[in-house]
Amino acid sequence: MKKETRANLIKQGAIWAFIVVELAFFSIAGEFLSVTETAFMDFDNMLLLLKQSAPIGIIALGMTIIMINGNIDLSVGATFALAAIVLLDSMTWPFMAAIGDWAIPLAWGFALLTGVVLGAINGLIVWKTGVDAFIVTLGSMLGYRGLVFMYNGEQPTSHLNWTLVDFAEAQFLGLHTATWFLLGAALLLWLLMTKTVHGRNAYAIGNNREAAVNAGIRVGPHFLWNFMLIGFLAALSAVVFYSESGSVNPNDGMLYELWAITAVVLGGTKLSGGYGSIISTLGGVIAIQLLRKGLGHIGADTETVNLVIGLILIAVLFLDRQLNRKGREELKT
Amino acid sequence: MAELTKKGVAGFLARQGILVAFVVFMIVFAIANPRFIDIDNIFGVIRSSAILGVMALGVTFVVIGGNLDLSVGSMMSFSTIVVLDLHDKIGPTLGIPVMFAMTMALGAFIGFLVGYLKLNSLIVTLGMLSAIHGLTLTYSGGKNMDIADKEGTWFGIFGQGSIAGVPVPIIMFALLAIVLSIILSRTPFGRKVYAVGGNGIAATFSGIPRARIVFMTYLMSSFCVATAGLIQASRSLGSQNTVGQGMELEVLAAVILGGASLLGGAGTIFKTVIGVLILGFIQNGLLLMGLAFYAQYVVTWIIIILAVWLDIAAKRGRLWSPIA
Repeated sequence: MKKETRANLIKQGAIWAFIVVELAFFSIAGEFLSVTETAFMDFDNMLLLLKQSAPIGIIALGMTIIMINGNIDLSVGATFALAAIVLLDSMTWPFMAAIGDWAIPLAWGFALLTGVVLGAINGLIVWKTGVDAFIVTLGSMLGYRGLVFMYNGEQPTSHLNWTLVDFAEAQFLGLHTATWFLLGAALLLWLLMTKTVHGRNAYAIGNNREAAVNAGIRVGPHFLWNFMLIGFLAALSAVVFYSESGSVNPNDGMLYELWAITAVVLGGTKLSGGYGSIISTLGGVIAIQLLRKGLGHIGADTETVNLVIGLILIAVLFLDRQLNRKGREELKT
Repeated sequence: MAELTKKGVAGFLARQGILVAFVVFMIVFAIANPRFIDIDNIFGVIRSSAILGVMALGVTFVVIGGNLDLSVGSMMSFSTIVVLDLHDKIGPTLGIPVMFAMTMALGAFIGFLVGYLKLNSLIVTLGMLSAIHGLTLTYSGGKNMDIADKEGTWFGIFGQGSIAGVPVPIIMFALLAIVLSIILSRTPFGRKVYAVGGNGIAATFSGIPRARIVFMTYLMSSFCVATAGLIQASRSLGSQNTVGQGMELEVLAAVILGGASLLGGAGTIFKTVIGVLILGFIQNGLLLMGLAFYAQYVVTWIIIILAVWLDIAAKRGRLWSPIA
């Protein structure tokens, strides 16, 4: 038992150790290779890094819960784009223009509602038809993207509201608005997964669905709630990001699902379900963003980022399996 | 007796439902717009589906073997960029085999990771999607690749040429489909692919080298990707770095639509071809009916879900899932 908790600690600590290694490496390498004068560990640079992690990060938090459940959601990128369009377009509707700044919370509400509805569609299909979530969300990824294009063709949807931009660019206690949303969402979801019945059930279902059913957990509605949750989070991510940028292209959010899954897997969550943690996913998100910024800092081409992240993902998978196998052999002896 | 017939009809629909759906679609579209069954239109649709189709043939092997391949899109970009670059550097006669070798080396690497190291194929190919994209960008320096002398090369034949009135991409797609179909259904190797995907542990116990079979499926997939890259490069004689981006999921959609199970062990080349053609003809048919281009995505979504749902429902004998 004691051994197991220690192994768990090592696993949960691994991603943070990786972050420390990254910080050290880029700081030292940056001294020699960097083209700019500023240090990598610059405080403002780190704050910016957190802010830039927010869009993928908020989605990855939701993906963690979905994957703990043993499901997957490939449609989050398209949900992100559709919510963004609803956010920006709804502010130009005539009755919205008439109510002044009250349009902002209403537009946020419309966008978030869009996300929840799209998530609910996925969840209902998974629940009622019994088709694997991978196929269901693969289909809706195409379908939702189709809706995005049907909304406004290939034209970008733009609307700048300066009150909204001011809010999105604000800094409170040093942290940007987007960072606050990322940290707030992480805190709430951490509480949800560790302190509530819903969280415990999520682990139970991912671990052994049949046993969970026998224990009286209603699996279907549970799935539905989680898909609504990730839809909400994908929309929240869009709301936070596009409040500032004010313009969305129909291709925005493409491949976000893959980035989010990468962050979640880096954080140690199992694809097969039943294991994972919100905090480690936060670590995975930060690690990826650090890598992006760090490689840029030491003057590497941006294209190498993809190469490095892909190889690291495979290496993590390999290491994880080796560690697990070692653990099992220790248990046997 | 009546029950038997009913069972027979239901069984037939469950087995060949996708074919029936395809025929129904074709008839409806043909009635709605006679231009739909015009021979030029049909050739046009198959020709533009050929690249997706060739990739889907290879992925069918991987999926029947019980694995996934999300890297085919970025691998296709890679082979397109490489063959265009080599065309000007060492000439097409030498460049094409070198490109095939490079692409299949990537396939062999994935096959090694998934087959011999037994790593999860979803994550490995997800990682490779990103890594190969990075490789392509590094190779090209992020610039578009173009053939310098577009007039004076015979390289365009794979994408633009035609033999006896039939476009070459269609001939390549058909030939590859026939050869791969024979390999899958008539050879010991093909049977082993089904065995490994159907029940890997049982296959291992009956002496089938599971790792090698999985390795081979990825090698075949990368061969198909290289062929698709060749057609793509030859068709446009120039390319962006992201030409195959997002195709991995469309390819997978076609394979699933054809009835291959994601759990492995089920599916045929013929059904995958039907899946590819359905996607192509729906897109074309909706366009001819005057629907917005992007409406096809929504229709594809509905069709994929319905196809897989009805397939599962027929197998379990109940429409709605037993999930509590």
